[in-house]
Amino acid sequence: MFLSFVFISNHLLAQDLLSLLGEEKPQKELVTNAFKSTRVINAHSMEFLSPGTMDFRILHRFGQMNQGYSNFFGLDQASMRMGFDFGIAKSIMFGFGRSTYKKELDAYLKFAPIRQATGYHSFPFTVATVAGVTMNTSPWADPTIKNYTSSRMAYYFQAIIGRKFSEAVTLQLSPTMIHTNLVPIQTQPNDVYAVGFGGRIKFTKRMAFTWDYSYLVNGRYDSLNYNPLSIGIDIETGGHVFQLHFSNSTGMNERAFVTETTNNWGKAEIRFGFNLSRVFQIKKNKML
Amino acid sequence: MKKIIFLFSIVLIVANTNAQDKYFTKTGKISFDATVPKSPENIVAVNKATTMVLDTKTGEMQFVVQMKGFEFERALMQEHFNENYVETTKFPKAEFKGGIQNNEKIVYTKDGSYATHVKGKLTMHGVTNDVETDGKITVSGGKISTSASFSALFADYNIIIPSVVGDKVAKSVKINVECALEALKKN
Repeated sequence: MFLSFVFISNHLLAQDLLSLLGEEKPQKELVTNAFKSTRVINAHSMEFLSPGTMDFRILHRFGQMNQGYSNFFGLDQASMRMGFDFGIAKSIMFGFGRSTYKKELDAYLKFAPIRQATGYHSFPFTVATVAGVTMNTSPWADPTIKNYTSSRMAYYFQAIIGRKFSEAVTLQLSPTMIHTNLVPIQTQPNDVYAVGFGGRIKFTKRMAFTWDYSYLVNGRYDSLNYNPLSIGIDIETGGHVFQLHFSNSTGMNERAFVTETTNNWGKAEIRFGFNLSRVFQIKKNKML
Repeated sequence: MKKIIFLFSIVLIVANTNAQDKYFTKTGKISFDATVPKSPENIVAVNKATTMVLDTKTGEMQFVVQMKGFEFERALMQEHFNENYVETTKFPKAEFKGGIQNNEKIVYTKDGSYATHVKGKLTMHGVTNDVETDGKITVSGGKISTSASFSALFADYNIIIPSVVGDKVAKSVKINVECALEALKKN
């Protein structure tokens, strides 16, 4: 009778060996790939570059399409930004770049105190903060008067609250403040507040539809400037991400596209543009 | 009364020695290589947190590995592996359930190296396939090391390699399993 008890217990133990090791400790897992790139189209996205990587970005914005064939639907006029972004840690990155528009240099630091995570200590969205500076380096309009270097500068501060709802849908909101030291017209405010709304809908493994809109709370005057809206498609191929889009804004840094979008979707003053992003591994991950 | 106690203690001893039959690890190493020969890009990754359990009495062997735990030299390759190829959010683990066919020939109590023939089922990316390969078990000082290599075809597991990267990612992958096991003590 005792021996039969031993035989039965042997058989029960052989059923599932892995379950003998007990429950796995719950792990915190960061949600990744909310957007394919660190920019929605113009605005910063809730995504970060992996530590040790560098993203080389070339942005092109062409002329207005409604100019017709004479300017090859805007393709004859191109504005460009070249930039480098670096991933420092899981939730820290910085970058710098230069736009041909106003020969403007820009630099920023992006940090996320909270990242969207599942599992242990889960959190429903990512909260990121960006602090940036832009510097207009074009020659002075009037070299005869006293010009200050500080007049070239503008600063921006942004919070990004984003959530990857599913593999297909991500949405983010970004309250932004831009301070421009010297504004063109006296009635324009130096401090402009805006709220960005961006998102993506992924329709295949490697392609997504994206949109990037900023609503100006103040500092917007009809026929002077308009809310920037860009809509486009992201295509990921191996190491590159191509973002093809249509927009009413030419600017490619926060100060330019939020406060200086002079074209209007309502009047079909739309331009074609693309972003090209290529990620390089600068510091190889140690494996073995 | 004495007889009952004697028989009962035999049962207890037998039950305790049964625990010595099982060996495990939570830090086993699985690496794979899907590099196309003559391609400059190395498609190589390592997972150093594999869980494996071996029942030395029956030869039964099981392991489970978290796909997110595979580390690559390049972060972008790791991201693409998880997002586009093995779809980690849908299929977070890969599991093997099988056994050593020639288990009776292995003397686990004696130090030495033994050739093994392993057969079982591997489940990866939601697909289960039969796997059969030769391996090795080394017993040394109460610790057991297992190692085995085998090849698998991505297509067999519904892992799609687009033709665009066909010259960089091989159609088949060489998988290497190396685990150092220690005795599982029953609480």
